[in-house]
Amino acid sequence: MSKITFSRGGVHPHDNKLARECRIEVLPLPPVMYVSMAQHLGAPAKPIVAPGDFVKAGQVIAEPGGFISAFVHSPVSGTVKSVAPRKDLAGNPVMHVEIAVEGDVWMDGIDLSDTLVTALPEDRDAVLAKIKECGIVGLGGATFPTHVKLAPPPGKTAECLIINGTECEPFLTSDYRIMVERPREILVGAAIMQNVLGGCRCVIGIEENKPEAIAIMKKAIKELGYEKRMKVAVLKKRYPQGGEKQLIDAVMRRQVRSGGLPIDVGAVVQNAGTALAVYEAVQKNKPLVTNVLTVTGKSLPESRQHNYLFRIGMPLSYIIEQAGGAPEGAVKLVSGGPMMGKAVSNPDAATVKGSSSLLYLDAADTMRKSASSCIRCGRCADACPMGLEPFLLNRLAKVSDMDGLEANAVQDCIECGCCLYSCPANIPLLDNIRVAKGQVLGIIRARAAAKKQ
Amino acid sequence: MTSVIVWTIVILSCLGLILAIILFLVAKKFKVEEDPRIDEIEKALPGANCGGCGYAGCRAFASSAVAAPNLDAHFCPVGGNEVMKKVAAVLGIEIAEKAPQIAVLRCNGSCTNRPRTNVYDGLQSCRVKAQLYSGDTLCPYGCLGCGDCVAACQFGAISMNPETLLPEIDETKCTACGACVRACPRKLLELRAKGPRGMREYVACSNRDKGPDARKACKASCIGCGMCFKTCTHGAIVLENNLAYIDFSKCKLCRECEAVCPTGAIHGVNFPKELDKAAVKERIAKRKEAEK
Repeated sequence: MSKITFSRGGVHPHDNKLARECRIEVLPLPPVMYVSMAQHLGAPAKPIVAPGDFVKAGQVIAEPGGFISAFVHSPVSGTVKSVAPRKDLAGNPVMHVEIAVEGDVWMDGIDLSDTLVTALPEDRDAVLAKIKECGIVGLGGATFPTHVKLAPPPGKTAECLIINGTECEPFLTSDYRIMVERPREILVGAAIMQNVLGGCRCVIGIEENKPEAIAIMKKAIKELGYEKRMKVAVLKKRYPQGGEKQLIDAVMRRQVRSGGLPIDVGAVVQNAGTALAVYEAVQKNKPLVTNVLTVTGKSLPESRQHNYLFRIGMPLSYIIEQAGGAPEGAVKLVSGGPMMGKAVSNPDAATVKGSSSLLYLDAADTMRKSASSCIRCGRCADACPMGLEPFLLNRLAKVSDMDGLEANAVQDCIECGCCLYSCPANIPLLDNIRVAKGQVLGIIRARAAAKKQ
Repeated sequence: MTSVIVWTIVILSCLGLILAIILFLVAKKFKVEEDPRIDEIEKALPGANCGGCGYAGCRAFASSAVAAPNLDAHFCPVGGNEVMKKVAAVLGIEIAEKAPQIAVLRCNGSCTNRPRTNVYDGLQSCRVKAQLYSGDTLCPYGCLGCGDCVAACQFGAISMNPETLLPEIDETKCTACGACVRACPRKLLELRAKGPRGMREYVACSNRDKGPDARKACKASCIGCGMCFKTCTHGAIVLENNLAYIDFSKCKLCRECEAVCPTGAIHGVNFPKELDKAAVKERIAKRKEAEK
């Protein structure tokens, strides 16, 4: 049994990886696709197509709207119907490009074959430019543009590239499936990023509840002759191990200070899915237009659990329909895992680059119990992986003590939900803390802007 | 025995006297010169410490008013013109009267107008709800119905109507302090001129979606059709982002916009007579013909 894990907090929810044995299936194309312009962290992309234009799959349809932003590509071939605001999965209007699907014609120069290309490119800048052009963003959930992360600011060097294959969220199996089915592609993608970062060491972190993935990845490393380049770190199962700072702590035994970035301790963390996307972009010239998504839930029978390879922009309702509709007994649909995922209030919303799952929760799992008083047991403080005191932050948030909240580092909260999960009094700690975090971050940003002026 | 009592009295008296002298000297030496008008102004203010004026409380308002060259940036919404006159008298300056204001809700998404499409079971707080998603209806702009404004009102002027699930403002109690305006994450509450005898006209909707989407979400939404804009002869209506807004400084309360609005998004309140839509429409038609 592995002993490697992060040093502070964490909880042990049942992993419920119900769809772990389901092979990745390719979804057929829907008649209409909706491509969101805000699929990444940072400024929304600016659309460069107009209604009536014919686009091919893999063609750029939107350009970055700022430094931290990303290109968006058409996932299908067809005619642009409209460029207009449409509701995202939370119901808020976001700019979307609507494309009526016609055939499946790809841009020239995109290699759609399965042949593995192992020859690593030499030119670092060309690789970075390729990653940027292909619109690659972090697929672990935060969707941070990858080319920004792979180009550390001057004076800082990466010592270790960590490939995040932990998938610590219960229910999700998309990363697990790609590690089992496409391990060599992931490793080549990791090697490309390793070269870009100047040949630092590389560790692939996988939790011990995925023994097949560990064995397959280890075998693939041998097959590719990458033994000297990278190794697999077997981690103890614990949530939120997949959090960037937690994974750095577990693998490198270094702590990122409050307000700091992983590169400050010489770490760069990339998701396994991102490594695969980097491989496809650099070796196959294929932009990020597909991803893997898990359809799962306790109320679904085994035959209806799925891992789908979907084109980014497929409406959720279409995927639900393809998976056989909503099961009986499900009361809530969540996009993402049960701990950090967001409830879907608008099933007509389109999938985005970061979509990783459609999870049906039944009444027993989703019901909120009524909150009682805090008894100062300190379980939330024990569970917090960032070393915060959620009970204190909750109290300060209630009285809007912004200075107190900032002094107690509410801005470090990663919204993992461990406090809420562990609270015996069912106090909605995270709900209050999340609001307070937003307010404090706003104050910090305003202060930084004032300082600049 | 008696000597003990006598000595105690003598020592304590001397001690008291010495300390009193020290205190007197210290008070003289470190005396803080404060403008006596601050106290006077504070006495004139309502003392609610509501923060509606934008200052931390009545005392902060008073000290800021004394230091300011004029009272343009100072107005006590709770006390209104009467209190401001007293404040001006203390300072020995004259001020122009401000029209009294009142909070209005720019949403009419009651249960009958706006069908619920989702169930929210999280924390009952508009702020939390707004951060999680767009609300239990298809309207991403409307009232979330958790009552953050009710909790923010220190004067008990806002209550939740259990039938419409919308907050209602008690005109007699509202002091236009603006606490609800700050509390609403959707910015649905607005301070508007109370109007002559309380009569006022406003668009009770904040939906900026295009017409069909807005209509689908709510029966009483402003669909941005521009009927009111075309009808208004006073130039009081601004049409922006598929949403009409009535500028209360220009509105002459003719109620023509209210009559032509196809969805009933424009509300007129406290008018003595009910609006005769047919008559007003006839009047508009006649005027248009004459213009031709």
